[in-house]
Amino acid sequence: MSLQKKDVEKIAWLARLALSEQEVSDYARDLSDIFELVKQMNTVDTEGVLPLAHPLEITARLRRDEVVETNERDRFQSIAPLVKNGHYLVPKVIE
Amino acid sequence: MDWEPVIGLEIHVQLATKSKIFSGASTRYGAEANTQACDVDVGLPGVLPVLNEEAVRMAIKLGLAIDATIARRSVFARKNYFYPDLPKGYQISQYELPIVSRGYVEIQADGEEPKIIGVTRAHLEEDAGKSVHEGFASMSGIDLNRAGTPLLEIVSEPDMRSAKEAIAYMKTIHTLVRYLEISDANMQEGSFRCDANVSVRPKGATAFGTRAELKNLNSFRFVERAINYELQRQIDMLEAGERILQETRLYDANKNETRSMRGKEEANDYRYFPDPDLLPLELDERYIESVRAELPELPRQKKLRFMADYDLSAYDAGVLSSSRELADFYEATVRASGSDPKLCANWVMGDLLGALNKEGKSITESPVSPTMVGALMARIADNTISGKIAKEVFEAMWRSEGDADAIIAAKGLKQVTDTRAIERFIDEVLEENAEQLAQYRSGKEKLFGHFVGQILKKSRGKANPQQVNTLLRKKLKGPSS
Amino acid sequence: MAAPQAGHDLHQKTLAELSAALHERVVSSEELTRVFLDRIERFNPILNCFTTITREHALAQAKAADRRLKSGQGGPLTGLPIAHKDIFCTLGVKTACGSRMLDSFIAPYNATLIEHMHDAGMVMLGKTNMDEFAMGSSNETSYYGPVKNPWDPERVPGGSSGGSACAIAAQIAPAATGTDTGGSIRQPASLCGITGLKPTYGRVSRYGMIAFASSLDQGGPMAHTAEDIAMLLKVMAGFDKRDSTSVDRPVPDYTARLNDDIQGLTIGLPKEYFGEGVDSEIQALIDAAIKVFETLGAKARTISLPNTHLSIPAYYVVAPAECSSNLARYDGVRYGYRCKDPRDLADLYCRSRGEGFGAEVKRRIMIGTYALSAGYYDAYYLKAQQIRRLISEDFKKAFEDVDLIVGPTSPTVAFKLGEKTDDPVTMYLSDIYTVSVNLAGLPGLSMPVGFVGGLPVGLQIIGNYFSEARLCNVAHRFQQETEWHRMRPEGFS
Repeated sequence: MSLQKKDVEKIAWLARLALSEQEVSDYARDLSDIFELVKQMNTVDTEGVLPLAHPLEITARLRRDEVVETNERDRFQSIAPLVKNGHYLVPKVIE
Repeated sequence: MDWEPVIGLEIHVQLATKSKIFSGASTRYGAEANTQACDVDVGLPGVLPVLNEEAVRMAIKLGLAIDATIARRSVFARKNYFYPDLPKGYQISQYELPIVSRGYVEIQADGEEPKIIGVTRAHLEEDAGKSVHEGFASMSGIDLNRAGTPLLEIVSEPDMRSAKEAIAYMKTIHTLVRYLEISDANMQEGSFRCDANVSVRPKGATAFGTRAELKNLNSFRFVERAINYELQRQIDMLEAGERILQETRLYDANKNETRSMRGKEEANDYRYFPDPDLLPLELDERYIESVRAELPELPRQKKLRFMADYDLSAYDAGVLSSSRELADFYEATVRASGSDPKLCANWVMGDLLGALNKEGKSITESPVSPTMVGALMARIADNTISGKIAKEVFEAMWRSEGDADAIIAAKGLKQVTDTRAIERFIDEVLEENAEQLAQYRSGKEKLFGHFVGQILKKSRGKANPQQVNTLLRKKLKGPSS
Repeated sequence: MAAPQAGHDLHQKTLAELSAALHERVVSSEELTRVFLDRIERFNPILNCFTTITREHALAQAKAADRRLKSGQGGPLTGLPIAHKDIFCTLGVKTACGSRMLDSFIAPYNATLIEHMHDAGMVMLGKTNMDEFAMGSSNETSYYGPVKNPWDPERVPGGSSGGSACAIAAQIAPAATGTDTGGSIRQPASLCGITGLKPTYGRVSRYGMIAFASSLDQGGPMAHTAEDIAMLLKVMAGFDKRDSTSVDRPVPDYTARLNDDIQGLTIGLPKEYFGEGVDSEIQALIDAAIKVFETLGAKARTISLPNTHLSIPAYYVVAPAECSSNLARYDGVRYGYRCKDPRDLADLYCRSRGEGFGAEVKRRIMIGTYALSAGYYDAYYLKAQQIRRLISEDFKKAFEDVDLIVGPTSPTVAFKLGEKTDDPVTMYLSDIYTVSVNLAGLPGLSMPVGFVGGLPVGLQIIGNYFSEARLCNVAHRFQQETEWHRMRPEGFS
């Protein structure tokens, strides 16, 4: 298992992480090492084994359809980096 | 070459729950920005989703109404991508195990035979917020009120072969969700939205062509136009020897064209995986049956019942069952009239819908009630007034001049059924038309109708036409006076 | 190593002892709170275990607790100070999760666990340092700098709840909260010589606990003794309607069964936990601890958890996969770090995240993103979830034959600061004995059983689902027979 710099750049873009040149090569090495370790999983045959997504095999509980929340905009937006007229601001979204 | 269109639709229906799918914030439309976005909707660190039971029941209703399989176990998954209206950086949706799968609906496009359209799946997911582009200079504003509103995404099989069929399918689903009362399906407010997968193939081919996904189709008219534009674009390209790209295209209603969204949607890799914050949803038979017990009569059942019970044509039954409100109005009219359901159907579909259309009103805004229309029908049936006079009475009711009986009394519109009174009109008319009478007697029998017309006119429409017919015929057969 | 001096100074006492002192009015909550606040002031500059000290908040809570105690309304925990891991949202108080990303984040709400602690009348001293977003085994990934191990300030306290473990060991807080995703309560408890419990998954609400890996994360108590752990867990545990994964099941009185007999209890010793890789001196201490259990009437036998060696590979797929998605919300838009002058939307995302997250967090996001990406999902994520079932089945089978499973918490004692920072794989391998418990969702407790070279060694006791009462009972009986939990590092008297 060996990841190239271009693999790392692709993953970093999917994850929206700006990385320096140095970080790209460091992560290429680290990720290669880690996936080498991960590869040990292939030493066991898991044919037909049901994946376990959740430690306790219990099922969903549902909530009643009730409005229980009130307007908290001011409190939530007091910790926001940039707001105007009740909106969170981002650089122009082009559609 | 002859080309065959292949069309499948993905319809997003906002479910009419009071609160959001994973939080207790209100789903009310039109509130001030971000005032209905609670901690879960904003995606604060540490918050967790809890599934709304009503959204589940609504999805089951749709599933039962289209004869689909309701999954005994379904799973919520995360669809990961970055976008400003998606606060958590992922959308909670269903991927491998949707709640509803393999159903169908019957559609009927204008002037065509009924056709079955398969529904591949319907899954629950959360809606995103909205980006606002006006009023923030070089920035966009984000409003998360809509974030977390429950959506049911209904995905059809690629079973439609024309834009007309696509519209018919869309209308069938639209009617259905409103019947089920699981959505207000208001296209202006975005609670009923549609994407279309469109491709063409040479007629007779079995393999599908490369498809384009059309987005931003937010009215029935746009869906039809966008599909037709896209079909033509693809045919033109193929005939020019070019290849179709699998891509997402945005419909521009102003220019009536579709254009590629390449670059915006580049290389999406949604990295779906089961949402670890939500456990699998398990539904047992009893629960599903409890939802089935809540189902109203569905459009198709209603149409068949109207045909059987009221002896209506398929067309009439179809029109009258096209919305639950109209069907209810019609049936209340029949009950109030205590008379001929066909007569009621003609009046509801004719005069009533005509008057509503003229004023741009919906059936729920009708100034005349089913009781009023029913009472009017009763007066036609018991010969108090003729159909012609009834139109005058209806117009007066529409102007809020009272109910049918009051208007008939006030305007003296009661039909004349007194034999002697009618005989007097007959005598007068025959007297005044001695020349025509002579012609009639010498064989010009079609003058009979002329006499009837004159007699009705003389009675100012109040004489019962059938009685006039009978008495006149008797008179003319008898010894000449 | 200082000799045990039970009952000498307030800061050396256990929670249970302090509770008695408060109820007997030997000391007031305010006085007690001031003792610990003063000690934080004195020792935090050396140890760096607190990132936020909530002095005013604490004194207000202490005064309220005193009124409550006076009126006879106090419970066992009323008036007792506690430190909270900075991963729990605390209303109006900075909650940074060890990250530059949340350096500006004043939480607008309380985590459910925090609410429970406040309701019980506990006094919040402050927020403890931790590995960034709980990703680390040494507390070196914190944006606020590493925490020092009070037993040797040149060594790490373990992680990710290193600040909490350190604060208790140095007696600048009598108890603390922690979270455990792959060993983050048990391993620092082991390395700092205290007692810590990771409850069964779903036992403690995760609402308001900043998520790292949702299917593995679990909050739990850290303190000097098993008795203290039992007192704390009783208040922490319980169903929460805001957490779909919390379990609706009655919370037992964990303190009521502390002294239960353990005669005839079967203890399983997984041969995979005692092989190569375990320091022989650590091995000897574990063996000695097992002897103590045997003198109390328990029976030990060797068992096998055959898929143990796959737990690290599976864990380092599952946890990063979930983390890559959980941490997508940090985008510089609604809260947290936002880069300066973004050129466009992509720049806002990439730089806010690139600058706001530290190296280890970015590393794990990348691992997880890769493992979930198109073409790799089956080979990595799905495979890891299958292995997860195998590991879970191993435990299920084992618990058919034994009541408890025992082994070392960590293969080594505390290592030197910086020793493993350049080698993520070696660092990950130090979680070998703890991660499988998280993959299976089981409860696990770590307690001190001796010292190697002056550094504490922890023993891990793993129980079946919801057997926390038994874990506390067994650990308590051990602590009745031994003094390891009373050892305090020098220099912090």
